[in-house]
Amino acid sequence: MTRRTTASTGIALLLVMVVADFVHSRPNPYQQPAIVALGSGATSAGGFCGALPD
Amino acid sequence: MLMIGLGFGLALEGLRFGFAGPWRAMILRRDPSGILAQLLCIGLVSIVAIPLIDMRGGELIGAQASIGWAMVGGAFVFGMAMQVVLGCGSGTLVNAGSGNPIGLLALPFFAFGSFAGAYHLIEWTELGSLPMIRLTGWSGVAITLMALAGVAIIFLRQSAPENRKISRRYLLAAIIIATLAILNLVVAGQPWGVVYGLGLWVAKGATAAGADLSTSPFWAASATQERVTASLLTDYTSLTNIGIMTGAFLVASWRTDGLSQKLPQLPLRAWMAVIVCGFLLGYSSRLAFGCNVGAFFSGISTGSLHGWAWFIAAFAGSIYGVRLRPMLGLESGT
Repeated sequence: MTRRTTASTGIALLLVMVVADFVHSRPNPYQQPAIVALGSGATSAGGFCGALPD
Repeated sequence: MLMIGLGFGLALEGLRFGFAGPWRAMILRRDPSGILAQLLCIGLVSIVAIPLIDMRGGELIGAQASIGWAMVGGAFVFGMAMQVVLGCGSGTLVNAGSGNPIGLLALPFFAFGSFAGAYHLIEWTELGSLPMIRLTGWSGVAITLMALAGVAIIFLRQSAPENRKISRRYLLAAIIIATLAILNLVVAGQPWGVVYGLGLWVAKGATAAGADLSTSPFWAASATQERVTASLLTDYTSLTNIGIMTGAFLVASWRTDGLSQKLPQLPLRAWMAVIVCGFLLGYSSRLAFGCNVGAFFSGISTGSLHGWAWFIAAFAGSIYGVRLRPMLGLESGT
């Protein structure tokens, strides 16, 4: 067996996860953040490794 | 953000730039070139990121966290585990995307660990921590650059004379990664991170399967719940993580011998070690407020003092991890 098998498996699983999530919770285009945060005036609200919940 | 993540993946795999490998090279061969490139990269980002966050606070945030007992302990364990699997946060994604079976096996356990670490995060932080300290302004940039130069001098003094240089490949990688990291900050409003997204994937899966996360102060928080129910395609760290893995896959597919390499024949204990260390990577990085990317790279480059504490603790852990790796059978076969 070569890395082709494992790499393809990894990408396939990633794709399955994205599609399953897309079916389960579709993005709402009316609630999307600004395309560029800098200059948007909006407060940064994404999840981050260092952030604790409010 | 997906394109920025793709850029990270292409650069990391294409130029073979990482975090765990260069630390190992320094510990085992006294070769500091990879670490010097990391320090250069962090310095380049800090020159832009620290003043930008000062000017546009609110729109842009840094990787800020407090130094605490759990944070330091988490970083130590992360450093040890990343040397066993030879992959940090971004490295595990790159390895999985390029078909490395160790990375592919470690990744789901990394994600479970990240979820579990976040689940217990509040209890761990109650062990005690210092107030959050962030270097700001041009003085903050100057202190960061001087500290990075100081660390570089220490590594150069410890290194073998023939290794005292940065290769052109590493130099190019440092510039590209720094540019992408600044873009990440400008577009997302937050620095480059990896670990949060992995835990979120498990939280979403658990919720979809009917699990009740209300007993966890972290996952039950309203802002977190919103992200768990929202589309994965709206989470910045998920998008860059997907991009990194895909970018690494594209480079490996393009390379002549990229995907034709045979898989290593490792003993059972090695695979068991990968599972355990994969979980530890995720769990410990949540306690440490990030991995090499979120805490070390983004923490230092946005002025957070916890990034430095993370670096010292994780490097100490790495020294033990390098010793553990052969004992666990991870260097016994090809």
